[in-house]
Amino acid sequence: MFTVLMYIVAFSFLVLSFVKDKKKTFLALKKAWKSFEYILPQLLAILVIIGIMLAVLSPEVISELIGEKSGWLGMLMASLIGSVTLIPGFVAFPLASALLKSGAGFMQIAVFISTLMMVGIVTIPLEIKYFGKKTAILRNSIAFVFSFIVAIAIGVVLR
Amino acid sequence: MKMLLKRYKYFLGLVIINIVVYGLYPSVGQKSIVITWSNAVEMLSIIPPIFILLGLLDVWVQRETMIKLMGEKSGIFGILIAFFLGSAAAGPLYAAFPIAGVLLQKGSKFFNVLIFIGAWSTTKIPMLLFEASSMGWKFMMTRLVIDIPGIMLIAYVTERLLNEKEKQYVYDQA
Repeated sequence: MFTVLMYIVAFSFLVLSFVKDKKKTFLALKKAWKSFEYILPQLLAILVIIGIMLAVLSPEVISELIGEKSGWLGMLMASLIGSVTLIPGFVAFPLASALLKSGAGFMQIAVFISTLMMVGIVTIPLEIKYFGKKTAILRNSIAFVFSFIVAIAIGVVLR
Repeated sequence: MKMLLKRYKYFLGLVIINIVVYGLYPSVGQKSIVITWSNAVEMLSIIPPIFILLGLLDVWVQRETMIKLMGEKSGIFGILIAFFLGSAAAGPLYAAFPIAGVLLQKGSKFFNVLIFIGAWSTTKIPMLLFEASSMGWKFMMTRLVIDIPGIMLIAYVTERLLNEKEKQYVYDQA
């Protein structure tokens, strides 16, 4: 649904751009392709890594790892899984809600969701390409720590 | 050809690993191929509009305009634009990096680009709605209320821990 909206927006701008200036529009498309081609090798590698990882860390395995262990150990486990996996939101949220129903704690789920979104170990090579090593590592580590703050807050509010 | 092989060496290596896994554990190998394929299809369906917008942004928005909007002196307005740009997006975080690269190239403030990345990672509007429907409004709102200052905090601390030389290096690379 939202993807359709993105297409409509992008296409409208493209048409507008074409009407205003043909040459510039082709230049824009060329740049679009070049930036895509620039990251394609990493992108493909990431896709294969995610594939292998999720084949091993299936929702059932994740449930076992996060669902049973509670407390700080469970949170640590949830944060590590969240950091290394890359699951799209429309899979992650139903998974998280199923985990809650099967007995996982709110804090474990919150840290899992938060690291899943903010911390990306698999995509770090790509991040380094644009931001450099230090920025990428700093951003990811601070986001990792911050995810625990989110979890504690969720734990307090949703107790 | 050799260049191509070199650029794609990690990808090819991983494909070989996957094939080996398939040979040793057929069920895991098969599953990973299925997941990789469905992710690739999803990626290819989400990415075209993002990169078209990136190209248009690059060609049409002048450096001076971008500096005014998100540059060093853009203040709160620049932060709001960064939040809006990141939140209005769709797509995985890795699609945000190339756009961040263009934003840096056009003279955006480093702090604002980090806000943009943070917003893209957590406060995407369609994702928030989905989160509310599966986790409940209370869960979503609590996370959002903490994430907004959190994103700024992460951006601030990251920026402060880099010196001018390191920041310049990132700008030069972009």
